[in-house]
Amino acid sequence: MYIEHPLLGSRSIDEFIYYGDASLLKRPVFNQNKILEKFHKYLYLRKNPNGIHSELWFHLYGDRSWLIVERDTKTHEIRNVILANKELG
Amino acid sequence: MNYNFLKLLIEGLNNNKGWLKTWENVNPKKHYDIIVIGGGGHGLATAFYLASEYKEMNVAVLERGDIGLGNVGRNTTIIRSNYLLKENIPFYEFSLKLWEGLEKSLNYNAMVSQRGVLNIFHSDYQRDAYTRRGNSMILNGADAELLNVDEIKRMYPFFDYDNARFPVKGGLLQRRGGTVRHDAVAWGYAHAANKLGVDIIQNCEVINFRIKKNKVEGVDTSKGYISCKKVGCAVAGSSSILLSKLNMQLPIESHVLQAFVSESLKPVISGVVTFGAGHFYISQSNKGGLVFGGDIDGYNSYAQRGNLATLEDVCESGMALMPMLGNCRLLRTWGGTMDMSMDGSPIIDKIHIKNIFLNAGWCYGGFKATPASGWCFAHLISTGKPHKLISDFTLNRFYDGSIIDEKGQGAQPNLH
Repeated sequence: MYIEHPLLGSRSIDEFIYYGDASLLKRPVFNQNKILEKFHKYLYLRKNPNGIHSELWFHLYGDRSWLIVERDTKTHEIRNVILANKELG
Repeated sequence: MNYNFLKLLIEGLNNNKGWLKTWENVNPKKHYDIIVIGGGGHGLATAFYLASEYKEMNVAVLERGDIGLGNVGRNTTIIRSNYLLKENIPFYEFSLKLWEGLEKSLNYNAMVSQRGVLNIFHSDYQRDAYTRRGNSMILNGADAELLNVDEIKRMYPFFDYDNARFPVKGGLLQRRGGTVRHDAVAWGYAHAANKLGVDIIQNCEVINFRIKKNKVEGVDTSKGYISCKKVGCAVAGSSSILLSKLNMQLPIESHVLQAFVSESLKPVISGVVTFGAGHFYISQSNKGGLVFGGDIDGYNSYAQRGNLATLEDVCESGMALMPMLGNCRLLRTWGGTMDMSMDGSPIIDKIHIKNIFLNAGWCYGGFKATPASGWCFAHLISTGKPHKLISDFTLNRFYDGSIIDEKGQGAQPNLH
């Protein structure tokens, strides 16, 4: 599998660490109602689709950037790659 | 049909014409008391123990494809109970005891071979950790032996003992561990369950659950509607897909695990060996192929095939332990979908719908657990109460914090 890095071009997955469902970026804020439920859902109940999955990859053996990769878990085809800090704004 | 020596002798003289089917292929009835979804090892074992131990007489197993073609026929066939945590060891030790009597209870030759599982360690720290694990095993009724280098040299003279980076310092041996012919486990359970009246329905995919007042009334399948009183789900890597039909999200990610088989060799590796400095385990099949594997690829996947980066990593680990592997050619590789739970331990529990039960989250250790998983899941389905060996394998443990994290990795499924 190769990931099309927005800055560095096509890189082998050897260079990356996989972190999981991109919703991990959206950490709940403390002092909310039902915060236990929210953190339980945030940490443990992640998406596990048989199809397009939006996920975090860390370019550890490269430029150490976080990427959001849209990938088909059925075929391993990669649809879209963006820098995670763009998503966070 | 009973398999025995006399039958073998008669059929040998009779040109093997009188063998009957191992199990009967049937069409579904309109109603069953219990439907087990998933005709893998765990599903078939559940059905067998439902019939044999809990006297449930109207049980069906629904399998989307053909039985024995999922992970039960695609693993590295190892059985062992060398766990650390008190929530796990009694369960896996019970499983190992069931393996020991399996062939007799199933009347089927599953080639259970207790050839010993040896975990090698390479540092003083690891010796301490393995000693602790061994003591924990002994305290919980399993067997464990700590071996020094000379004892290992007598068993396996070909390891790279003086490797500058990962010298072999000793190993933890579980003599009762070993391997089992994996396909025969599926066939054996199907045979024995079928003989007790369980219907094994192949090529029958569950499309939807029919729920009324928080209870399941039946399932819509590719072979029509079947009503039932209870449903047990044992679909491993497909658990998230199946349970999403009930709008349920599970603390599970599906990952791909690859396994590898070499060309056939003369007997060389007598038992099961694991490398302590990387993730690598190896044994030799009765056909002579070296069967080995390592880490999962590490990303969500339902593709049932992996990437070459993992292959390279596994082979490097193997070469570090036994350099002679480099002379051996790889014959085939394959990948299966693993239901990686968030703490690395399984879930056998009720769900929010009253009469549906869940058996999932086996990560890549489901094969060795097959008999105990089937037994305890059958107990849960039949009595509605968890068997004492699985009382900690709850779905709620992620919420209340009582997780069973054997490796201490936290909520990172690709590291378990």
